[in-house]
Amino acid sequence: MPLTKTEEITRGVLAGDRRSIARAITIIENNAPEAQKLIGSIYPHTGKAYIIGITGPGGSGKSTLIEKIIREYRQRGKTVGIIAVDPTSPFTGGAFLGDRIRMQDLSTDQGVFIRSMATRNYLGGIAKATNDAAKVLDASGKDIVIVETVGAGQSEVEIIKVAQTIVVLFAPGLGDEIQAIKAGIMEIGDIFVVNKADRANADKAVMDIQAMLQLNNKKRTWTPLVLKTTALTGEGVPQLMKKIEEHRLFLEKELERKRSREKAEAELVEAIKEKVASSMIEELKREGKLQELLEKILEKKMDPASIAEKLLSKKFRKQV
Amino acid sequence: MQSKKKIRVLIAKPGLDSHDRGAKIVARSLRDAGMEVIYTGLRQTPEQIAETALQEDVDVVGLSILSGAHKTLFPRIMELMKGKGLTDVMVFAGGIIPEEDIPEMKKLGVREIFGPGTPTDTIVQFVFDNIPKRN
Amino acid sequence: MSEKEKKNEIMEELERWEKTTLPKWMRQRPERRSEFRNHSDTLIKRVYTPEDVKDLDYMRDLGFPGEYPFTRGVHGTMYRGRLWTMRMFSGYGAAEQTNQRFKYLLKEGETGLSIAFDYPTITGYDSDHPFAKGEVGICGVAVASLKDMEVLLNGIPLDKVTTSMTINGPAAMLLAMYVAIGDKQGVSREKIGGTTQNDMLKEFFAQKLGIFPPKHSLKLVTDIIEYCARHLPKWNPISISGYHIREAGSNAVQELAFTLYDGIAYVESVLERGLRVDDFAPRLSFFFASHNNLFEEIAKFRAARRLWAKIMKERFHARNPRSMWMRMHVQTSGCTLTSQQPLNNVTRTTIEALAAVLGGTQSLHTNSFDEALCLPTEEAVRVALRTQQIIAHENGVADTIDPLAGSYYIEALTNEMERQAMEYIRKIDDMGGAIAAIEKGFFQKEIADSAYKYQRETDEKKRIIVGVNEYKTGAKAPIPILRIDPKVEKEQVSRLQKLRRERDNGKVEKVLEKLHYMAEKDENLMPIIIDAVKAYATLGEICGVLRKIYGEHKELIVI
Repeated sequence: MPLTKTEEITRGVLAGDRRSIARAITIIENNAPEAQKLIGSIYPHTGKAYIIGITGPGGSGKSTLIEKIIREYRQRGKTVGIIAVDPTSPFTGGAFLGDRIRMQDLSTDQGVFIRSMATRNYLGGIAKATNDAAKVLDASGKDIVIVETVGAGQSEVEIIKVAQTIVVLFAPGLGDEIQAIKAGIMEIGDIFVVNKADRANADKAVMDIQAMLQLNNKKRTWTPLVLKTTALTGEGVPQLMKKIEEHRLFLEKELERKRSREKAEAELVEAIKEKVASSMIEELKREGKLQELLEKILEKKMDPASIAEKLLSKKFRKQV
Repeated sequence: MQSKKKIRVLIAKPGLDSHDRGAKIVARSLRDAGMEVIYTGLRQTPEQIAETALQEDVDVVGLSILSGAHKTLFPRIMELMKGKGLTDVMVFAGGIIPEEDIPEMKKLGVREIFGPGTPTDTIVQFVFDNIPKRN
Repeated sequence: MSEKEKKNEIMEELERWEKTTLPKWMRQRPERRSEFRNHSDTLIKRVYTPEDVKDLDYMRDLGFPGEYPFTRGVHGTMYRGRLWTMRMFSGYGAAEQTNQRFKYLLKEGETGLSIAFDYPTITGYDSDHPFAKGEVGICGVAVASLKDMEVLLNGIPLDKVTTSMTINGPAAMLLAMYVAIGDKQGVSREKIGGTTQNDMLKEFFAQKLGIFPPKHSLKLVTDIIEYCARHLPKWNPISISGYHIREAGSNAVQELAFTLYDGIAYVESVLERGLRVDDFAPRLSFFFASHNNLFEEIAKFRAARRLWAKIMKERFHARNPRSMWMRMHVQTSGCTLTSQQPLNNVTRTTIEALAAVLGGTQSLHTNSFDEALCLPTEEAVRVALRTQQIIAHENGVADTIDPLAGSYYIEALTNEMERQAMEYIRKIDDMGGAIAAIEKGFFQKEIADSAYKYQRETDEKKRIIVGVNEYKTGAKAPIPILRIDPKVEKEQVSRLQKLRRERDNGKVEKVLEKLHYMAEKDENLMPIIIDAVKAYATLGEICGVLRKIYGEHKELIVI
């Protein structure tokens, strides 16, 4: 029996074919009907890649640092996939994806695959899309997958949670960026890096971050640390790689299982949420009841949560 | 939740030409029209451009060149894209390309060439009207 | 009647005019637009009066030519004593062809040389580098070694002709080659005259032809300025440029402000080396565009001179008046020229050239009418040169100094541009200086926004471009296009390979090793680069050493 398009693409991904990888990610981005099937097929082949999240404000030198990190991994014979996420304009729906520029010299290295993704204002779905794209790269045989975001919005904080090691980047003299960084990032960051360490106030930045970390002392088994790098020259990068490796081993030892369970549960919850929500909305549309409910919400006659409760209890005939 | 399919465009500057005013204006206009625009900056080799078009799974590639080196660079780019199976990507170009060279470029597969003075709306509309059916 | 009373009378009369005479004209001939703005978005009044220049103090704000604040001109007799240098930017193909073009232009009356290099040369690659494929000799002349330079300047006496070289990343190497030629000709280094553009800051946000990262680029720029201050007293080590900023899409005030700020940054960099301001400042030169709004451009040039003089005096405490001179070269704006109905470009270039002359430039390049299509043919470049000669000799504009001084409009506009430029300068100071602003993408954003605005205005016909969005009918006069023979690249490559075979490669290796060593310390690299070019090390080889040590620059993209 001839293969369907999706099956062909899946085969290609597993064989490491670059065109298939690219098409697979597009299918995921578009949340096409085949996306579900695709993810299902490649899922058993995931779990081998190590996922690193790198986030930080614009001007912190993220892309320059990532380029150096990729080169290091390549020198060690590792293959690397990169997903660079940039925001979609809420006004136009378009996006300018320019993160590749600092990595372009690596674009023709067959051991590197770079993909730019826009947040597309998915209602909470960008994290899922990024996660799935990372799975594609994982299944295609990449040893390392790097996810890069700006880390400014709440959804970008969600994106980075796909990673096993989260690196948060700062650069001194960017203004109040250290304060402006979402609190959520401070809590989940594993390694904090002050880049452009040749600048005057680098040491102060290190101290500021350490102070913030003390305040944020939620119970964690891994103690976040702060490093200095000068991405432009590569200074500090080997130490950063070492720390990433240390974190990886740490996770491997005990938290890996726990987090994977949590991650799996979170993914299941998300999947259920998505499925239930879309099928319920479909039903309402089919019965011509959606607009009416939306009007009720706009007129403040009913709030969304109550409506959801009503619909679900009707559906499941018990307290939700 | 359904997400709308987006048009993905690669705006590329092949060769050593450093005039990017037009390329950036086109990139911005396409972004403002709701497309996802990948711009890789200056000094891209044909290999880099073709490989980027592949990895980003773009629908459209826009080549901007003002140095006169299109006669060497465009054939190479089209050849590489073909070799990577990207025959379903729509390619257009802009910059300083003498009229007499246009038929030759179109034969290579460049769908349209926009000279200096082309209104940006014309280019945006052209892209909308010529989005390829991807296989 | 007292001064005050006189002025009040004018204000009253203006009001009366607006209430009584004007309305019927507004009814009969409504104005073409609801408001008129220039390129910097300044609102242009219907009529300017003494009221608009009421705070003008002649001696403080204008002065006399050759005296602070130099608004009216840096030289005492200006064009009455010596016309501006007619310096046509040229170069294409191989050195031999460009040498011919130089000789042609000198014969036809140009009074200074200006070299346009091809892209591989500008970006520091040899003509046989993979990146050079298809680009050799296409946008300028290919110079890969001293050998090429020898052919390029064959028959040109360096003690009689000054040469401007539009080169930035590899400026040190090309300057070294020029010095080597001078040495060969037996011309003393103290007599060599000319300019290297050598303005790296603008590469990072406008022309985009940088090679090395900002810190190292600035170091090389400073090396050249320092070396020239000590050894090449007649050479202008830098041409601080606004032309490329404007062509990249900025408006006139941004062009003015960003250029001046780059100047400030360079002065600071050289002062950090330990030189005193008057040791080097007299040889700093500038390069502006002349765009199509005639009066705005004239005001810009005047404001530039006054502002720079003030900056040198008040910010840097220069004592030598020559340190306060802003000597400029101007090029008419390429981006205003069209590919449609190309002969119209002669008219455009003429008006832009006129602005530069009325603005008091020291040196001028006029674009050829085929600018938007290809490199200039011989006929086209001749017409462009003749344009300057006609302005110089036929219509009296060069017969008096700063003829528009005192015009209410021009003085008001000059003041306004100075004011707006100062605002930008303060803003960039607050940001932490030029490099900080570049890293934050400040210049890039301003330029991108201005460029986008200009395009939107054109698309919406708020700005008319004849032949492009209006008056589009015109038989396409087929004009000859200059084509570069592909043979040029082949021959250049074999010449280069021959050079590598025939030179003393041991010597080359040694000198490159020494360069590597010195580049890692903080030494001035000019002397060793001169040695390297004399040993016939190629441009790509020398830049390659520095690339290895300094790394390459990647731009911050802001659309």
